Amino acid sequence: MTPERETLRGLLGPAEPEIGCEECFELVDEYVEAELAGRDADGRVPGMRAHLEGCPACREEYESLRALTDPPD
Amino acid sequence: MTGVLREPLVDPDSRAWLDALRGAPAVRERAVARLHALLLRAARFELTRRDLPPAELDDLATQAADDALVAVLAKLDTFRGRSRFTTWAYKFAILEAAVLSRRRAWRDREVRLDDREWSALQPTAQEVLEDAEVLAIVRDTLRDRMTAHQRRVFTALALDGVPIDVLAERMACTRGALYKTLHDARRKLRAAVEEAT
Repeated sequence: MTPERETLRGLLGPAEPEIGCEECFELVDEYVEAELAGRDADGRVPGMRAHLEGCPACREEYESLRALTDPPD
Repeated sequence: MTGVLREPLVDPDSRAWLDALRGAPAVRERAVARLHALLLRAARFELTRRDLPPAELDDLATQAADDALVAVLAKLDTFRGRSRFTTWAYKFAILEAAVLSRRRAWRDREVRLDDREWSALQPTAQEVLEDAEVLAIVRDTLRDRMTAHQRRVFTALALDGVPIDVLAERMACTRGALYKTLHDARRKLRAAVEEAT
């Protein structure tokens, strides 16, 4: 994807169905643990991936939770 | 026993947290202190990822941990064991710390909430959208197909880069309500772009 297309996608948001901010907060811990355990996080929490793509604030908080929860090697 | 349902999926460590936090006063007091320390660690972790002076970081981390502790204790009965208790608790501290930090970063900055003429935004938008044709579609859709509220929210969040919780505070509404407005505005824009291309 070109940078322009990427910018446009960021502006127009994800086309896929997505959950909202409240649901994201409710489920982000389950999603992060599923990811870290190698389970199907997107199958368990449909719409989370698209929301994290479309909402920078939720994305930041997800990344922090994941980094905090991920045990160092 | 308070009549609270036992969560069937809870792992042993999480169960120990829940039992202690619902235990006798002395047990509960120790558990609350341990929980506060855990939340403080999470808040500091979140704030360390941002560029903050150390003294301010400590103040914000303590405030975030205090607020998160209240939230966690208030929502304890909603914990269902779909993650570990510590992961579940961390997210409250991260949210509080992130919101405090974003609001701090914007505390002296104006957030324009007037329904601006889209044409006046063209230079800003041009930096974002290199494609003049798409820019024209976006401009026409904002002008013709969106409500004034949708235009204000879309402009602030998607073009001016105002953090959603900062905007929620200034507009006295919830983050979820704003995201719904942004989502609806984006859907109209995507439809217009698809129609035209």
